[in-house]
Amino acid sequence: MEQTLGLLDTGEKKGSKMDQDYNMDMCCEDETELELGLGLSLSSGTKAKKSTWGEYGRILTAKDFPNGFSAGRSINNGGGGVSGTKRAADFAGSNTEVGSPPTGASQVVGWPPIRAHRMNSLVNQSKVLNADEDKGVGGNDKKEHSKKKINHGNSKDDAASNKEKGNLGFVKVNMDGLPIGRKVDLNAHTCYELLAETLEDMFFKSTKSGEKEQATKSFKLLDGSSEFVLTYEDKEGDWMLVGDVPWGMFLNTVKRLRIMRTSEANGLAPRIPQKQERHEGKPI
Amino acid sequence: MNPSLKKPRESMDLSNSSELTQPTAFPDEVLEKVLSLVESHKDRNSASLVCKYWYNAERWTRTKLFIGNCYSVTPEIVARRFPKIKSVTLKGKPRFSDFNLVPENWGADVQVWLDVFARVYPFLEELRLKRMAVTDESLEFLAKSFHGFKVLSLLSCDGFSTDGISSIATYCKNLTELDIQENGIDDFTGSWLSCFPDDFASLEVLNFASLNSEFSFDALERLVSRCKSLRVLKLNKNVTLGQLQRLLVRAPQLMELGTGPFVPELTGRQYAELESAFSNCKHLHTLSGLWEATRYLPVLYAACASLTFLNLSYATIRSNEFSKLLAHCPNLRRLWVLDTVRDKGLEAVGANCPLLEELRVFPADPFEEDIVHGVTESGFVAVSAGCPKLQYVLYFCRQMTNAAVATIVRNCPDFTHFRLCIMNPGQPDYLTNEPMDEAFGAVVKTCKKLQRLSVSGLLTDLTFEYIGQYAKNLETLSVAFAGSSDRGMQCVLEGCSKLRKLEIRDCPFGNAALLSGMEKYESMRCLWMSACRVTMNGCRMLAQGRPRLNVEVIKDENSDDLADKLYVYRSVAGPRRDAPPFVVTL
Repeated sequence: MEQTLGLLDTGEKKGSKMDQDYNMDMCCEDETELELGLGLSLSSGTKAKKSTWGEYGRILTAKDFPNGFSAGRSINNGGGGVSGTKRAADFAGSNTEVGSPPTGASQVVGWPPIRAHRMNSLVNQSKVLNADEDKGVGGNDKKEHSKKKINHGNSKDDAASNKEKGNLGFVKVNMDGLPIGRKVDLNAHTCYELLAETLEDMFFKSTKSGEKEQATKSFKLLDGSSEFVLTYEDKEGDWMLVGDVPWGMFLNTVKRLRIMRTSEANGLAPRIPQKQERHEGKPI
Repeated sequence: MNPSLKKPRESMDLSNSSELTQPTAFPDEVLEKVLSLVESHKDRNSASLVCKYWYNAERWTRTKLFIGNCYSVTPEIVARRFPKIKSVTLKGKPRFSDFNLVPENWGADVQVWLDVFARVYPFLEELRLKRMAVTDESLEFLAKSFHGFKVLSLLSCDGFSTDGISSIATYCKNLTELDIQENGIDDFTGSWLSCFPDDFASLEVLNFASLNSEFSFDALERLVSRCKSLRVLKLNKNVTLGQLQRLLVRAPQLMELGTGPFVPELTGRQYAELESAFSNCKHLHTLSGLWEATRYLPVLYAACASLTFLNLSYATIRSNEFSKLLAHCPNLRRLWVLDTVRDKGLEAVGANCPLLEELRVFPADPFEEDIVHGVTESGFVAVSAGCPKLQYVLYFCRQMTNAAVATIVRNCPDFTHFRLCIMNPGQPDYLTNEPMDEAFGAVVKTCKKLQRLSVSGLLTDLTFEYIGQYAKNLETLSVAFAGSSDRGMQCVLEGCSKLRKLEIRDCPFGNAALLSGMEKYESMRCLWMSACRVTMNGCRMLAQGRPRLNVEVIKDENSDDLADKLYVYRSVAGPRRDAPPFVVTL
């Protein structure tokens, strides 16, 4: 069986052998900077702004993902769990194909192994901590980067990751009448329309046949034309209609979502028609 | 009193049972009395295997039920065997569901159990659930069905909201314990606290630290005043220090306390009052909470002398305050901290807590990749040097060396639980660039009593050869991003005779490895393999070869022939009847 390339050897030997393999795979500008122990350790010298996983992200190219990587794949409609970890099986690999992180963008689902509840709590607290700790080491960059990492399964939305979603990006969504809620990754969406689409898929696709046809006409959760309307609870604990504020601002204040019956949504801030037109015109 | 020594209680056909070749040595009552004193379910299980007579005596005297996998048995089977259950502990989803690896609506619904329990155990008093799906309706059903209900503990469950808790508070007139920990709960409102009736006074344990919603402090204060037997009180982040003082004054008998945030906000007089309140808590052995630890920590000092468990895992405390606090905690046996205390803080642990048996260090910022933050191998070594009695460790770090781990286990050879998480997957020894094989080799060679092991870092098959060869008492093994080939997993399956739980993710183990354990899985509780190289065919072969195993694959939408998530467990219940569409039983 193929031996792990020089993994049991000393550093120097490893370095040279691995260099070759890595060079074969790379096609971008950064690889010349790489000095590889295994390229796995942080001491490999090209630390710069990224970590182990960051280096993997640079090494690998689209060639390593023959099946492609689509945003749709990362949103597991089965629920909160995302199964994007297949590729990592090659990771400490016994073949010449260099191990690759699942998404090539520094994200590993469900890792480190910390219970979700604790994770949410810690991330919120660490914002407070990092605020006074990070002094010069590109604190903001780091946080951006780590926020990207927090997107379980989604890699590409820089726009979304620029907004700090203190949570993991996942917020709970409950629908009136359903006992069990779902979770949706807000950072995996760039605008309200996409979010509405995802939620409609999650909650309406298989339940009522009548609405199946309507599913193609999207955004019905946003325009008030259906029996249900999408609302969210903000940081202050108030329930608001989704869609009134710019997407980025929404990401900053939303705590959780609720698909409410339109009949119960009285008393929520009414949506101003002009604003709505604006949103339909251009997703932010 | 039954004078005859030969009559078993159950109608057994003596002529048929060849195992009863001689009269039993004890009268029924004696055997039952003895067995009723046996608490451990493992011992009881062993006793029930001695002979039919003992089996029956045991099943009539068992009052506490422990079910480690809710799908390994059905509620009906349980009800038939054990007629007198008062306390149930039930665990559901595979452990990796804690890390979002199991889709929602997977199962483990508690309602089917409650339906049977309501019929068969109307006097049920205790229910402890872990990783179960619980709804508000189930909680209401529970509250209304069991009139003597006393103890509810929910850990890592999901599907319910604070409305369900309200039902419990409203209807459980004899409640003594309400323990809500780290669940996926919809935290709508704290009004459940006001649902306890005005004359309700039996509470002994109240833990709502993980709930964040606002509640009526008045209601809480009155509740605490009434409940004279209250010994465990874990508050949430909404309780101020001033309020804490008022509660402590009413409950100086507390043994376990979880505070609200230690935010500096008190006047001089209030500070003194709080300090005095703490010094009156002479029985405090467990302290948690804090959330933010500031210069107010000294109010605690007077209460720390008897502390044996300090849980600062939600407190962003730094090494200075931490060290000063530790100086007052010489009797600490268990310590949970965030890595904000850094290596320096851990050195203080080694220096101040010689009796320490358990240490858990959690990462404050798990996605931070810069090593500047957190703890390193030196902190761990420092603790091991000062705390030779360490048995349980959970350690999250960003760098580790083989040499450090070897030193650590030399200092502490009594480890029973060793869970090391080097947070960057597949990271080698950062000084030598070698795999971490020798580190875990040292662990298994030195720690003969090792029961639980979690490995991390860059690992080849050699690690698993070591484990299979030396870890003869190992019961639980967690592996991620490790191994080179099937051989790794095979070594473990062959060598670890006491293995009960094996959970693997992102490793290059395939069908050969999976099938090599075919004979073994029935002696284990479960096997989890995700993102490995196992295919659907391999799983089918396992299923066909072992009909008493449930072989389930959680289908990924994009999976080809790979079985992306495999969950195998022994069961007398047969295949699941409530499996959602994405769970395929082979």
